[in-house]
Amino acid sequence: MIVDAPPARTPMGGHLLDVEGLAAAALDRLGDLAVEMREARATRRHRSLLEAETVALAFFEPSTRTRVSFELAAKALGATTVDLAVEASSVRKGESLVDTVRTLERTGVTTLVIRHAAAGAAHLAARTTGMRVVNAGDGAHAHPTQALIDLLTLREALGSVAGRTIAIVGDVEHSRVARSNLHALTSMGARVRVAGPAAWVAGFEAWPGVEVATTLQAALRGADAVMTLRVQLERDATSGPALTDYVRDWRLDDERLTLAAPGAPILHPGPTNEGCEITAELANGPRSLIGRQVENGVPVRMAVLAALAGAA
Amino acid sequence: MTGRRFGHLTDPPASFVIVGARIVEPGTDEVRDLAVVDGVIAADATEEVERIDGRGLTVAPGLCDLHVHLREPGTEGETVESGARAAAHGGFTTICAMPNADPAPDEPNRVRWLLERGAAAASRVRVVAPATRGRAGKRASDLEDLAGAGAIGFSDDGAGVPTDSLAREILERLAALDLPLIEHAEDAGLAAGTVMRAGPTASRLGLAGWPPEAELRIVQRDLALAEATGARVHLTHLSTAEAVEAVRGAKARGVRVTCDVTPHHLALTDAWVAGSRDFAWEEPGPGATLDRAYDGATRVNPPLPDRADALALLAAVEDGTVDAIATDHAPHPAHRKTVPFAEAAPGLIGLETALSLGLAAVEAGRLSLARLLAALSTGPAAIVGETRGLAVGARADLVVFDAAARWHVDEGALASASANTPLLGMALPGVVRMTVAEGRVTYRS
Repeated sequence: MIVDAPPARTPMGGHLLDVEGLAAAALDRLGDLAVEMREARATRRHRSLLEAETVALAFFEPSTRTRVSFELAAKALGATTVDLAVEASSVRKGESLVDTVRTLERTGVTTLVIRHAAAGAAHLAARTTGMRVVNAGDGAHAHPTQALIDLLTLREALGSVAGRTIAIVGDVEHSRVARSNLHALTSMGARVRVAGPAAWVAGFEAWPGVEVATTLQAALRGADAVMTLRVQLERDATSGPALTDYVRDWRLDDERLTLAAPGAPILHPGPTNEGCEITAELANGPRSLIGRQVENGVPVRMAVLAALAGAA
Repeated sequence: MTGRRFGHLTDPPASFVIVGARIVEPGTDEVRDLAVVDGVIAADATEEVERIDGRGLTVAPGLCDLHVHLREPGTEGETVESGARAAAHGGFTTICAMPNADPAPDEPNRVRWLLERGAAAASRVRVVAPATRGRAGKRASDLEDLAGAGAIGFSDDGAGVPTDSLAREILERLAALDLPLIEHAEDAGLAAGTVMRAGPTASRLGLAGWPPEAELRIVQRDLALAEATGARVHLTHLSTAEAVEAVRGAKARGVRVTCDVTPHHLALTDAWVAGSRDFAWEEPGPGATLDRAYDGATRVNPPLPDRADALALLAAVEDGTVDAIATDHAPHPAHRKTVPFAEAAPGLIGLETALSLGLAAVEAGRLSLARLLAALSTGPAAIVGETRGLAVGARADLVVFDAAARWHVDEGALASASANTPLLGMALPGVVRMTVAEGRVTYRS
């Protein structure tokens, strides 16, 4: 959701907290802008577009690719970036999230890119400061820029996602990527199937435009694209199946993929556990868009930063 | 708010006449005068006493709250004094303090200390002692000694009595005392790690969902134990249709069970966590405003119910299955609420908005005024052994309110030391004009 905040608070724009509430036209516009940014990055055309901006990267959870991608996006547009090293910061000394983000604001930060283990952390930051806030992942809730990346990647592979069937397979319950993709894809008119072990898809029956499949085969049949989610091996397995059972029933491999539409591409938000949710052959094969997703990261985030700053 | 004044139980008894007010108590709903002379309801009064224009005002027995947190000693957000003033502002004349304090009132001298703290406050303060020592869930408290010191019930509120055998022992001993176990019905294992009601909204927000079975399981256990031991069980802050249905069945079998629900479980729904501010009886509006989502003020335990359960709870108040509306007034300083949702301290303040939320439900046709007032006054009073009534000769213990007038819930209007309520900024019906406890005017506006 891009909220147009009152002028007194954020004179140059709003926040990107969620994909929920973004209409198809807004999603399309951000996709077009990302394509333009990809071009602009190559030609260094927009390298001073955000030179008045200071972007803070506040990652309260470990991240490499998302953080680096945001940093490169901000720098490609000429913004000053500051990386809040959470491990070494006052956050470790018990400072509250609100105190931390307010301090960043006072030091001149204009845009906060925040990742946090708690759902709603970005909303809290947006409510309690005047900075523009970009949600880089909040708990199991949302990862809007990843969904924009996936949407652009799918759009470029399929032409359009409207009317297409997209299968999302794995631990949907704990996946902010899945939730944001559900909003983005249904907003664009795609049919979405979610599938995974029962405990990981419970509660999604009520999502508008979403169908819950109880087997991998049912999810794949005729799908125009398949997105597999990372099995979080590091999370203690209190609510899911044993890993060996998961691999047996849910791992995407060549044979199972034959159920999908011919040539249906594969996506994964990364990092992959090859051999677990997807075979190494598929992840690295010609139908995999995983590398393309990573490549789209910087231009999509350039588009978001520029749009929020009112500069594009 | 200007022109308001608080009094205390130690003030001189009041004398006044309210002229032409609507008098509502069980079996009565009529417009007449009501005289109070030297703190006692009288047939009429001499001409020297103050005459109050009662047109548009309702007079009811003083409200009684079975479930408040006063945070003394040792915790923050409220004091006995500020909590009692919040009570008087909300029309309450009795508040029952839950034992979530540090230390918990698990020794007779601690119960007496709290009663002394409340003796000169703006409302009667009664003490619920912990069911287990230190609220630790390991050993039963010295129930008999605590009863002797004045405890009116026992609860480990914040948690249920954790083991079946301990619950049985406590109920067997309470049967002899004829005092209730006030149970926070929640299975700790089933509820572990959850932060809002399970369902589509929790799923959408990516928050761990609290399953209704967590409540039902302890309700069913306690109903069985009440039946077996003959002890009184009071189930507090019930939040699910299944739980009140179980109580309905048990009451029909003659089990000595009573229960309460909170105003926020009647009026608010889990959609409030996603930013909605529609009451349960209103058709959900188009799309909650997500910039209000994840407000720590909406974090409470048990969590806000789904809409169907809120409506079922309202119906259960109306049909008498629910004996009382109790606020679970849970003050917290702002720094414990302006944190990510799952980290917010659970609970919201309720003393000053309970009557108003109830009146909003009455306006919406979901409750009758008679049942609302019974559930806020005579119903809970009976559970703690207090009488309420507006008959001549009774000591005046009453609330006078304007049911149609609106007030804005903002920090300046609240007498509580805390302001943690998602109702901030809203206009609610029901302005309390006067509260009289033990014949003394404890609040006037």
